Amino acid sequence: MKTIKVSLQYSLNSITTPLVSNLIRKFNVEVNILHANISLNKIGTLIADITGNDQDIQDALDYIENQDGIRYKLFNKKLIWQEEDCVHCGACTAVCPSNALTMNKDTWCLEFSKEKCLVCGLCAKACPLNVMSLQA
Amino acid sequence: MQKTIAEINEKIKSGKATVFTAEEIISVVEEKGVKKAFEEVDVVTTGTFGPMCSSGMFINFGHSNPPIRMSKVSLNDVPAYAGIAAVDAYIGATEHSERLGMQYGGAHVIEDFIKGKDIVLSAESYGTDCYPRKDIKTIINKNSVNQAYLFNPRNCYQNYAAATNSTDKIMYTYMGTLLPEFGNVTYSTSGELSPLLNDPEYRTIGIGTRVFIGGTQGYVAWEGTQHDPDQERLENGVPIGGAGTLALIGDAKKMSSRYIKAAIYEKYGVSMFVGVGIPIPILDEDMLMKTAVRNRDIQTVLVDKSGRENLNIKLNYEQLRSGYVEIRGNKVHTAPLSSLRLAREIAHELKKQVQQGEFMLTEPVEKFKTKGHRLNKLEDREV
Ligand code: SF4
Ligand code: SF4
Repeated sequence: MKTIKVSLQYSLNSITTPLVSNLIRKFNVEVNILHANISLNKIGTLIADITGNDQDIQDALDYIENQDGIRYKLFNKKLIWQEEDCVHCGACTAVCPSNALTMNKDTWCLEFSKEKCLVCGLCAKACPLNVMSLQA
Repeated sequence: MQKTIAEINEKIKSGKATVFTAEEIISVVEEKGVKKAFEEVDVVTTGTFGPMCSSGMFINFGHSNPPIRMSKVSLNDVPAYAGIAAVDAYIGATEHSERLGMQYGGAHVIEDFIKGKDIVLSAESYGTDCYPRKDIKTIINKNSVNQAYLFNPRNCYQNYAAATNSTDKIMYTYMGTLLPEFGNVTYSTSGELSPLLNDPEYRTIGIGTRVFIGGTQGYVAWEGTQHDPDQERLENGVPIGGAGTLALIGDAKKMSSRYIKAAIYEKYGVSMFVGVGIPIPILDEDMLMKTAVRNRDIQTVLVDKSGRENLNIKLNYEQLRSGYVEIRGNKVHTAPLSSLRLAREIAHELKKQVQQGEFMLTEPVEKFKTKGHRLNKLEDREV
């Protein structure tokens, strides 16, 4: 079993395809939606973790590839937080779109949830101490 | 009943002073009541750790042989001001590197200096009869120079406006990255733990007050630039936004890079985190009550950083710290910019030093005015 993170781009009028349920039914994979911005008559984005065995994941990706109007991109980078150099100022939490970065309300230390991270890199730019970076 | 600073110092000297941080004192007063708490408590310690642009370091390099009257100076390619005596210079925290731009600045030079790293000094001169040399390129560090002290014209803003962005474009500011259409709100104070919010009328903090700065003991040198005590205040004396500021001085050679950190704000530039803590002597019940101020009793204004809209919104720090505030009926995410985690560490460190008799309190040599202090604007006038 492995988990990959993908971003799906929906072009106009492609959201009629029940993509996520097809993936789950046909390929025996788990789909965990992390972020979705989809509405009728607009281009949309969906970011999700897909979990399954190697073959099922590959088949699922091939299936997506064959859908009209839907493209996928794999996230092959991950966010590295050099925690020991972090001063817990919170500037990165201002820009994190998925609440992967939050301040603990007791200790006021930064907390990072890898599962929620969309690997967008916004925090790396916003961090005044340069302790966040995207790495392959 | 009153206590004097001399009496409190006697207790500190004998290791018997009772000290709490400005967060701890709130529940002490709640539990014991003002009278009893005043009898017991001698000192309340405060702390803040935030980006403070108006900071910099004076440095004397010592004379070379043959000597040079430096008229142009750079440190690790960051220009320093040399329009003072022959081998004196001032490196400002926000100055950018001539080579790397805003990737490296004066604050990085200061942090590297404090860490004990070697720094490349380049200087030029036009040469004089008594200082014939015209250039020098050499290496300095904190053991090689004479004096090196931070002199920060404006630190410890008493309170500060929270920021948001009404436009449809992202804004990169010294208040962090502000997302479009009121996408977020940032704020920057340590609230109930912040030095000047615990002595809102400057009764004990004035010129000459000994402070914790950057990990060592320094002093309040003067009122800070843009000191504006006439700011609108709440009944408890706490100003709503801006108000008082402090000019601070301290020996950079004795500072620790844990409490001085260079910062880069995207597409804005370089700034410097400065850690400051100030102990407040509990002279009377009024002073105790002032230090027991809570986040919900401290308000600030919310400012649209694009300058487009006058939002007319006041928020207290309990709301700001909750993670969300409301703007025109919408829930908006809030984020801090100053580190409460480090501010707490400083207040606790200072508490320990006072308890152990290592940090004595001072009577201000002169007090700040609390009124009659107009904040001037810069006018465009015909020259
Ligand atoms: S912005 Fe950087 S230093 Fe500040 S809390 Fe986030 S990771 Fe830590
Ligand atoms: S890369 Fe940073 S800003 Fe983007 S989702 Fe992950 S933690 Fe949040």
